[in-house]
Amino acid sequence: MAITRRKFLNILTVSSTACLALMTPLTTWAAWASDAFNAEKPDDAYKNLFGSTELVESDEVKLKVPRIAENGGAVPVSVKTSMKNVESISLFVKDNPQPLTATFQIPAGTLPDVSTRIRLAQTSTVTAVIKADGKLFSKSQEVKVTLGGCGG
Amino acid sequence: MKVKAKVKNNITNVRVLAKHPMETGRRVNKETGEKIPAKYIQELTCEYEGKVVFLAQFGTSVSQNPYLAFSFEGGKKGDSLALRWNDNTGDIEKKDAIIK
Repeated sequence: MAITRRKFLNILTVSSTACLALMTPLTTWAAWASDAFNAEKPDDAYKNLFGSTELVESDEVKLKVPRIAENGGAVPVSVKTSMKNVESISLFVKDNPQPLTATFQIPAGTLPDVSTRIRLAQTSTVTAVIKADGKLFSKSQEVKVTLGGCGG
Repeated sequence: MKVKAKVKNNITNVRVLAKHPMETGRRVNKETGEKIPAKYIQELTCEYEGKVVFLAQFGTSVSQNPYLAFSFEGGKKGDSLALRWNDNTGDIEKKDAIIK
């Protein structure tokens, strides 16, 4: 069957709309990463956030977090690195109901050095993941919690 | 939201303390036995001269009254920074801070 003029125009409209829809995410910042935040296992969170679970352990990722936390409700964490071309820094707590805690975008000109305070539901491993040059580098440390920060 | 921004050696250091309950949605009100609905900051941004210099996305495991510290290159004494957070219920807070 030959394509009529009307049909051809319709196809043109549909495909150009689809193109526009695909192009917009490139010009704006990513929306809140709901799939990654709602994941209940670290591997699922990595997959949903980075599209990969291949993390390379690296001492270049400087993770500063106390070994023992009296109050799991507010554990100070700092992450920094001397790596170049850092795109993002993310924090995961292995045994929290939702492991992904926070993710920070590092635009060019912003230093790969952030500090915050996080919750640990129980004694767990805290992992910092730095995305640099498209690769994922991580560093983990166990934090013993004597009083949990979630539930109640 | 409290913001302190200071420039030294051409690097601006920003410290933010947002006032927010960061309810996880898993806590139970002990008197009524009902779950306290989730209310937490999802995104916090900082702009300088119309450019995003920092963007944070939070889940429920960030502590109550979130604290953040970060630094960026540039920034001039007396210039202003535009900070903004929004939470999962649609609440927004904006704050302008002067670099000292």
